[in-house]
Amino acid sequence: MTVEPYVVSNGAVVVLLAGAVFLGRAVRRNRLWREAAASLWRRRRLALCVIAVYATIALLDSIAWKGGVPAEAVGVLPGAPHSVIDRLFLDSAEASYSAPFADVEFYGGKPLRHPGGHPLGTDIIGRDVLHLALKGARVALLIGGVTSLIAIPLALLFGVGAGYFGGRFDDFVFFLISTLASMPGLLLLIALVMAMGRGTLSVCVALGVTSWVGFCRLSRAETLKLRELDYVQSARVLGVSEPGIIVRHILPNLVHLIVITFVLMFSGLVLSEAVLAWLGIGVDGSWGQMIDGARNELSREPIVWWNIAAAGAALFTLILSVNAVGDAVRDVLDPRTRGEGA
Amino acid sequence: MSALLELEGVRTAFPGDRRRGGPARVHVVDGVSFRLERGRVLALVGESGSGKSMTALSILRLVPKPGRVVEGAIRLDGRELLALPVGEMRRLRGRRIGMIFQEPMTALNPVVRVGDQVVEAIRLHERVSAADARARTRALFAEVGIPDPDARLDAYPHQLSGGLKQRVMIAMALSTRPEILIADEPTTALDVTIQAQILGLLRQLQRDRGTAILLITHDLGIVNALADRIAVLYAGRVVEEASREALFARPLHPYTRGLLAAIPALATPGTRLHEIRGTVPSPDRWPSGCRFEPRCGERFEPCKAIDPAETRPAEGRRVYCHAVARDLALAEGAAAPRSSAGDALAEEVAR
Repeated sequence: MTVEPYVVSNGAVVVLLAGAVFLGRAVRRNRLWREAAASLWRRRRLALCVIAVYATIALLDSIAWKGGVPAEAVGVLPGAPHSVIDRLFLDSAEASYSAPFADVEFYGGKPLRHPGGHPLGTDIIGRDVLHLALKGARVALLIGGVTSLIAIPLALLFGVGAGYFGGRFDDFVFFLISTLASMPGLLLLIALVMAMGRGTLSVCVALGVTSWVGFCRLSRAETLKLRELDYVQSARVLGVSEPGIIVRHILPNLVHLIVITFVLMFSGLVLSEAVLAWLGIGVDGSWGQMIDGARNELSREPIVWWNIAAAGAALFTLILSVNAVGDAVRDVLDPRTRGEGA
Repeated sequence: MSALLELEGVRTAFPGDRRRGGPARVHVVDGVSFRLERGRVLALVGESGSGKSMTALSILRLVPKPGRVVEGAIRLDGRELLALPVGEMRRLRGRRIGMIFQEPMTALNPVVRVGDQVVEAIRLHERVSAADARARTRALFAEVGIPDPDARLDAYPHQLSGGLKQRVMIAMALSTRPEILIADEPTTALDVTIQAQILGLLRQLQRDRGTAILLITHDLGIVNALADRIAVLYAGRVVEEASREALFARPLHPYTRGLLAAIPALATPGTRLHEIRGTVPSPDRWPSGCRFEPRCGERFEPCKAIDPAETRPAEGRRVYCHAVARDLALAEGAAAPRSSAGDALAEEVAR
């Protein structure tokens, strides 16, 4: 039995919302995290709001169901699932390019079906650009999130293992890191995507495999430091087992690094996907692909600018917000910028 | 009565740096023997680098890699610890031997509430419910003199002062009711007033619970306040062992006498403080013969070449020194030796 992608997507929304509630409660219970969250909110209110809007759009675009679509709607497959965002743009298709708020087609001047109804215009096959730009949010967050979910556990597994146990395993991990680091990242990415075939998941896996190295080094170094601290020694004296020490004493003290890395990694990953899309191996529906599709239009006369502008602005705003929040997260959580203690 | 903990000729070694001409093995603990009786306090005294902490880690079999105990026997209640399987040794740690550390600042996990850390220690070794463990933790906190224990249970380490942290550490070490508590410089990082409180607490706990304490320190003031017996360590070896009273009254080994003379509180103002010249040699360059010989004011011919053998000047007392042995022999011959060690010995023997 195969589960249809939209069912998985709906399930993921439920899991994410439950996770967010759980995380929120956990943060609220713990004074350190509660203060960090409050401090973050004070510093980056606007950026956090922007990210919240993106996340909401992405979630709305992830909730989809079949049916309820008028059969006569233009450019709509009646049997396919449609997300909440899709349903806002039903029957919005035109025949060709139109400028933002235009009444007529950009080339030829034929009247539109919805005069003035496309705030960001339409693309070459008449799809509403606002609709596409909104749908890109889901793809971007999916790439950043899933890839981090692959890269960070991988980095922790190898980094903490190498740092804690040392010896042969450490040598092996360092060999792996050095090997990966000695390959040109972009070429490796392209090769991996080619090998696994195109698709959201394979792009995420490829990005994950090429981006865990940095955090692996960091977590290894931090584990080396933590391993020698008195409270780890004290746990050993109390008879705690090695896995117990890692779970109870090493990992909780790496959490701030995990959070910082996740946020800083996120924007880099979304941008990497844009590069891949520009090379023609990105994820369908991403902003990168929109930019790639629009680059030929830049040479037309008059220029079709709204397409690339919408995708670029959406990408830029998200990256800027995430980076701003990332910096603030580091300021709030990183002991080096906060002074010793805690 | 057999000793609770007995070390016999324990040698702990690290691989040496052969490229720089060192020996194949560096013995940081080199033939340490002592006995710790049930409910008593034995102090291991020595300078930095004399092997005190390594001796403690050897007992727990937690010598950092690649070091290991290469020789000797460590017996707890007659059971050889060095032969125990790893899992059994782990269950024994904490359960029968607890340890408190020098630095209370770093010895508690900064991201876990202190109460939970003690609860975990209890539940690691005993099948008790979380609520029971918490109640016991609360009682322990009260016992070690933490004011307002209910509120402190939910505190994070950074919210506590150094003295409170050390009390939490002691509570954690005692939580599993160990028979032996190893205290590695338990008060070094604390203020003098807090030091006195912690020492008082350790003494009280030792009396109330009958816990034997292996006290590791370089501070003779602490030794005087707490110890029943004292073993002086120098360069990985015990050079003298005696009861506290005997050692403070009549130190025999030149090194012990140097240590006692160096206590500033005993010096008169305006005079130079006494010092033992030089430093403890590095473990990869232990001198041959008596290891204290290069720094000793009473060295004579055999010191440089021959390891001093055990001399028992009195019941329950041993010392490793050629000069002491010679003076003892002279004293027994009823001659009148004129060295300070000889004086002390003559009195000792006369008693």
